[in-house]
Amino acid sequence: MCLGIPGQIVEIVDAEKKLGQVDVSGVKRQVNLACVVDEEHPIESVVGEWVLVHVGFAMSRIDPEEARRTLELLRELGEAQAELDAMRDAEVQGPGGRA
Amino acid sequence: MKYVDEFRDPVAGRKLGERIKAQVGRILAARGGDDPLKVMEVCGGHTHAIFKFGLEGVLPEGLELVHGPGCPVCVLPVGRVDDALAIAETPGVILTTFGDTLRVPGSARSLLQAKAAGADVRTVYSPADALDLARREPTRQVVFFALGFETTVPSTALTILQANAEGIENFSIFSNHITIPETMRALLESADLDLAGFVGPGHVSMVIGLDAYDFIADEFGKPIVVSGFEPLDILQSLTMVLAQIEAGEAKVENQYSRIVRREGNQVAQEAIQRVFELRPHFEWRGLGSIPRSGLRLTEAFARFDAEARFEVPALSVADPKACQCGEVLKGVIRPWECKVFGTACTPETPIGACMVSSEGACSAYYNYGRLSTLPVV
Repeated sequence: MCLGIPGQIVEIVDAEKKLGQVDVSGVKRQVNLACVVDEEHPIESVVGEWVLVHVGFAMSRIDPEEARRTLELLRELGEAQAELDAMRDAEVQGPGGRA
Repeated sequence: MKYVDEFRDPVAGRKLGERIKAQVGRILAARGGDDPLKVMEVCGGHTHAIFKFGLEGVLPEGLELVHGPGCPVCVLPVGRVDDALAIAETPGVILTTFGDTLRVPGSARSLLQAKAAGADVRTVYSPADALDLARREPTRQVVFFALGFETTVPSTALTILQANAEGIENFSIFSNHITIPETMRALLESADLDLAGFVGPGHVSMVIGLDAYDFIADEFGKPIVVSGFEPLDILQSLTMVLAQIEAGEAKVENQYSRIVRREGNQVAQEAIQRVFELRPHFEWRGLGSIPRSGLRLTEAFARFDAEARFEVPALSVADPKACQCGEVLKGVIRPWECKVFGTACTPETPIGACMVSSEGACSAYYNYGRLSTLPVV
């Protein structure tokens, strides 16, 4: 039950009770948005945002910039490793020798 | 699915695996000796992902993942299941619960068996659905069997606040909510574990923030990296834990920055503060009583407390003798080393709760475990 699922807010159902419709992989469900709205993110502004849904409650806005940064970092880690592999596996060593 | 698929790239996963292997090799060479590094993933969601995606297959022999106690169903003690059964069997009551808890054995039977015998037990997806049932069935008493770590506590708290605002009298909760930080302290203080670091729970941290873990780095000198739940998240978090070990550092880091903010979720924290308070002690399956680890309703909301509204035995009941859940939860033994694993204890007929929940280490091993990890009989 600790596993959340990403969904996109598609509609506000009841602004006072902070209820909205969230689309999770094509399945729409009423979700409580209280934990993802505050002064900086009023309820009328959150339609279209991606959130993580736990047991019917949106618990966090997914930060697209941070998601992109993590993927970027993962890509760099992968490339760095590929570079190291290439160094290690090279049959002909250059002037620098093995890393 | 957006924000899921891109964190499952197998090629990137294998590359991270190679990086981890190199890190572990250097750390072990510097230390000398053959003892593997033990890193605990605290959260059952991580345990589930590790088995589902076969991550142990890309990890080197010198790194052992210890599957921690972060599975709320697994740590529910027998006595609490008995209390839930007593509530469910009270005339006029509808007991609502997440599906996971139905098969957890009490001392005589499970909620599923009680349901078959006529008790009105219904599974719900959300506490909000339980409250909705109370609105629709005003002549019945609707009880929500609330459990989970800080991830699900806000949803229960907000549901109570809503019931309070609407003046709904036929709704109450049986609270088995528990907290992660105190549990980690208890683990760190237990002598039989030698952990090199932690992969920290992502969704608990989304609620409570990062500062709650400072004591792990400051007092116990262990690295902790709060992690997402996709395979690349977990592998990246392991490289971050290992990098800290290699550099001789211990700090709280956040791999899951797309979800977790340092300060956590303020709205959720305020709701928890208003509705819940710490119990002096709470009993855990396998781990015994842990001080200040359980949550109960505050005085102001006590009228929503099912334990006060209904007659419950409230007894402490010993775990079944054959079950080694406690040792599995503390990482002292691996699931397949339990005497009854896969024989007397299976997901269909569980003896211990670790075999019940999909987040339990025993269930994960049973469903996804590779034969090569099982002893040859």
